[in-house]
Amino acid sequence: MVVLSRLLSCMSYFHVFGFDLKVGHLVLMLCCCMLSEIPMNWFINGGLMEKKISFLRDRGKIWLSWWEKIPASGRKIHHHYYQYIGSKKVREKSWWRKILIAWVVSWVFGSVWIFLYMSSQATEKRKETLASMCDERARMLQDQFNVSMNHVQALAILISTFHHGKNPSAIDQATFAKYTERTAFERPLTSGVAYAVRVLHSEREQFEKQQGWTIKRMDTLEPSPVQEDDNAFEPQEPSPIQEEYAPVIFAQDTISHVVSLDMMSGKEDRENVLRARVSGKGVLTAPFRLLKSNRLGVILTFAVYKSEIPSNATPNERIQATHGYLGGVFDIESLVEKLLHQLASKQTIIVNVYDTTNLSDPISMYGPNTTDNGMYHVSTLNFGDPFRQHEMRCRFKQKPPWPWMAITTSIGVLVIALLVGHIFHATVNRIAKVEDDYREMMELKKRAEAADVAKSQFLATVSHEIRTPMNGVLGMLQMLMDTDLDITQQDYVRTAQASGKALVSLINEVLDQAKIESGKLELEAVQFDLRAILDDVLSLFSGKSQEKGIELAVYISDRVPESLIGDPGRFRQIITNLMGNSIKFTEKGHVFVTVHLVEEVMGSIEVETETSPKNTLSGFPVSDKRRSWEAFKAFSEEKPSCSQIPLSTSSETINLIVSVEDTGVGIPREAQSRVFTPFMQVHTSTSRTHGGTGIGLSISKCLVGLMKGEIGFVSEPQIGSTFTFTAVFTNGHFNSNKYKKQQINNHSKSVSSEFEGMKALVVDPRPIRAKVTIYHLQRLGIHVEVASDLNQGLTSLSSGTAVITMVLVEKEAWDKDIDLSSLLINKLRKNDKVDYPKLFLLANSISSTKTSAPKSIGYTPNVIMKPLRVSMLAASLQRALGVGNKGNCLNGGLPVLSLRNLLCGKHILVVDDNNVNLRVAAHALKKYGAEVACADSGKKAIAMLKPPHNFDACFMDIQMPEMDGFEATRIIRDMEHDINGRIQHGKVPKEAYRNISNWHIPILAMTADVIQATHEECLRCGMDGYVSKPFEGEQLYQEVSRFFKSNSLCAH
Amino acid sequence: MLGLGADRLRADMNRLLALLFHQGVLDEQFLQLQQLQDETSPNFVYEVVTIFFNESEKLLRNLRELLLDKEFSDYKKIGIHLNQFMGSSSSIGAKRVRNVCVAFRAASEQNNRAGCLRALELLEHEYCYLKNKLHELFQIEQQRAMAAAVRYPIQD
Repeated sequence: MVVLSRLLSCMSYFHVFGFDLKVGHLVLMLCCCMLSEIPMNWFINGGLMEKKISFLRDRGKIWLSWWEKIPASGRKIHHHYYQYIGSKKVREKSWWRKILIAWVVSWVFGSVWIFLYMSSQATEKRKETLASMCDERARMLQDQFNVSMNHVQALAILISTFHHGKNPSAIDQATFAKYTERTAFERPLTSGVAYAVRVLHSEREQFEKQQGWTIKRMDTLEPSPVQEDDNAFEPQEPSPIQEEYAPVIFAQDTISHVVSLDMMSGKEDRENVLRARVSGKGVLTAPFRLLKSNRLGVILTFAVYKSEIPSNATPNERIQATHGYLGGVFDIESLVEKLLHQLASKQTIIVNVYDTTNLSDPISMYGPNTTDNGMYHVSTLNFGDPFRQHEMRCRFKQKPPWPWMAITTSIGVLVIALLVGHIFHATVNRIAKVEDDYREMMELKKRAEAADVAKSQFLATVSHEIRTPMNGVLGMLQMLMDTDLDITQQDYVRTAQASGKALVSLINEVLDQAKIESGKLELEAVQFDLRAILDDVLSLFSGKSQEKGIELAVYISDRVPESLIGDPGRFRQIITNLMGNSIKFTEKGHVFVTVHLVEEVMGSIEVETETSPKNTLSGFPVSDKRRSWEAFKAFSEEKPSCSQIPLSTSSETINLIVSVEDTGVGIPREAQSRVFTPFMQVHTSTSRTHGGTGIGLSISKCLVGLMKGEIGFVSEPQIGSTFTFTAVFTNGHFNSNKYKKQQINNHSKSVSSEFEGMKALVVDPRPIRAKVTIYHLQRLGIHVEVASDLNQGLTSLSSGTAVITMVLVEKEAWDKDIDLSSLLINKLRKNDKVDYPKLFLLANSISSTKTSAPKSIGYTPNVIMKPLRVSMLAASLQRALGVGNKGNCLNGGLPVLSLRNLLCGKHILVVDDNNVNLRVAAHALKKYGAEVACADSGKKAIAMLKPPHNFDACFMDIQMPEMDGFEATRIIRDMEHDINGRIQHGKVPKEAYRNISNWHIPILAMTADVIQATHEECLRCGMDGYVSKPFEGEQLYQEVSRFFKSNSLCAH
Repeated sequence: MLGLGADRLRADMNRLLALLFHQGVLDEQFLQLQQLQDETSPNFVYEVVTIFFNESEKLLRNLRELLLDKEFSDYKKIGIHLNQFMGSSSSIGAKRVRNVCVAFRAASEQNNRAGCLRALELLEHEYCYLKNKLHELFQIEQQRAMAAAVRYPIQD
């Protein structure tokens, strides 16, 4: 019952825990606990059954061994389980199924074994009990028999003493009968005793006379010699003549009828008598039915000798010495019955006694005649007659009881094993299910990802497809505007066109986003000048900033190398986006872009104290920009390695940190978390008031990620935001031979020579603003002195040792004190030298200069409009100072010169089916000094480019009838490959191919629409690049510079 | 007198060019084309533009034939012609012609025959306008060249 309840509770645990994996483990432990408790309970119960204690102790040991075994197997299961999880190879269900089946089968066998073992133990026990009971009975029987026998023997001695020893005899029949009657209690097993004397034939007559009767013989017909029936006594005949006789002379009353019968006449008795006198010991007859009581009995016979017989006497001597024979009748049946009555538990067993002298046919002496083949025990009985063998067979009355113990134990074990198996099964099933789910999830995830990629591709395709018709729409609108329209119509058209343009720009952004998402966007690695790019961006926004009257400035640290290698276009896109946002949301104050090396900022982090609100570009408070890069990984990683800063600056990789700081409205805190999510805007109204799609920052973030950088921001509402990002570039100077410079002569260099060595005085009350001005002036090679106000400026003007060529005064300082400014003007004028210092005003917006110029003095200083840019600054200075030559082109003529350097003397093949294009392209290239050949189809081009040829490059149109540029290029590349192979294998002499062993002519695609797909296609079919059609100097230069070394010999 | 005439003619030419730019008939590419003209090829612009006219007339003829054909279906061929037209017109900087070509191509991609026909008419109109104006320009230039006996400078 205990076991059952335990099992039930176990089951309920299973349900409660729902076969959870981890809980499976727990349940297993519970089972083990339970198993350990079972023998304890049984011990307690066993206390009641003393007999089984030892048995149970054995059980207990077995249980203990199981108890050790089960956790071991549990551990094994766990091991499998972990292995299973670890390997993730669960698909093969077979192995665990096998284990499960093996487990169940083994435990079925185990429980059968337990059952057999326990039941055999029980049987053994039963056998033992039976044997001990049987032996006990046999021993008692034997003892009692022996006692009776001893008494019979004593009687024999009595006869010998008092009958034969005395003359005349002291005993007659009456005496004997009386004596034996009175001593019968001593022989409880004998029903009667008689004495027969040995009478020889010669003595017969005398004996008969003496006794008064004749010797009678026993009934010959009767097999049993003793006929105790009184009625049948009379007809008995006298004994026939024999050698000797043994007539009974004395007999106990119970058997007085045997007196005068000749014992020698009965077969059994004769044998008995003969054996008795030979052996001198008590001899037993085979059992037979006693006449009177009709019970089974045996006769015990002792010989009575005339004198003492030595123990080693021969049989013959014994025969001679024989006097007579004393016989006792034993009633075996009553004897055994009496005996058994004395013993307890006589009901439990059945006792049979057999005479087994004749082994093949044992004679039953006592007991029911059952033929039960069940278990029995045999105990031998020794009644003192070596000739006769007796045995006692005992068997239980009842059949053995069912071995309930064994049955319950084995079933219990089996149930537990099955439960464990079930747990295992459930566990494995669950794991398999989880695995299936996992697989399914993976599948779904893959599909989702594929769908995402498909979406991006779809976006990219659709956007591109939209762009084409949109161009048509815009073109038509443009044309429509040129027709005769009234004002309303013109307004409509203008609106339509503006919307169209907005749509196209949106599509471009979406295209970018899609490209980034589908992983198609790859960054270029070209050399570029960061400062020039920032100047460009600045010029883009200068109009807007002047309109709004906000200050716009760029500062780039000196430690940032002049040329970097990276993707200038994308960098510019990020900057443009951030600056555009800043300007969009800033109504007053400033937008300030700073570029530093990460190491610089790192170094200054600890040193820099809290920036006071006054110390900003425009005097408006800004948010602490350091907080915008707090989360950057680069900082947390590099912090401990501050000592390596000098090393990393000189290394190839340049870590830039760019901050765009504004004093705009800021981003509300609740919106700050989703700033970088595409199409998220602070308010829906934002897009209405400020326009834009909200995709820009997301794109910027992606681009920064592509540049191995990070982007972050800090923003405080109504104070402003600062966006900071890092980007990794390569130092351009280290790879100058690998990448041709994008712009050999950048603006600053070209003009710097003019201002080299000049000295300027900057008057600006704000250090940061002064720093920006200084930065730009120093780029021009001008030495700068700073004065915080006009007073200080005046003193430094008068005391300065070096000649100051120019004075740049911040508008704010100028307006503050008109007297001082006029004083300054006067002072400058007083210097009547030819090159007296020129005065420049640095002004922010057009309106302010107009209103507050100190006209009273009648002198208008040169006004330089901010934002400051090198080219603009240089132009203003040139105009004022009258230096520089106009011929040194400031309007983008620069690539022409470098292109001339590159292309001069080069043989170039131009392929285009369009004659006009062919003519124009050829002429343009000719103008750069190249020798140009033309082909108007792909086939011709192939023929001309068959090695050996002397072309240095080929410009190929893509869209041509018959054979397009892609195919022609493919054929040319195959051709080159073939010839290169042949040259390398020596099949054709190298000399025949102008000693060039590796033919590869640079082929550049000419294409009207430059889109990513076309670019990829170009590269795929072996082209080296592409240029737009019609040629743009800069792009042409970029592409061509990759193949040609600058040809300095060619003078332009 | 001759010099003055040359100056006047040059002013005329600039005015005409400015008009064309303002109308969007021409764009910077035409200026670049002019810049390509130098001592080695004094009539470069004229030559190129002449080639453009020849090609364009051929193309226009083809386009008209294609579109007027009753069982017309080959929009692809139209696309090829238009690509060529676009290429050459953008090469010489004929902005409006090019824009019409773009619209024309859009119509042909949509198999919009009516749109194509309208665009063709527009294209022919634009082309004629351009041709007239450019002829005018060249005439003035020729006169100027004769008057001044100097070539039109590359850069102003």
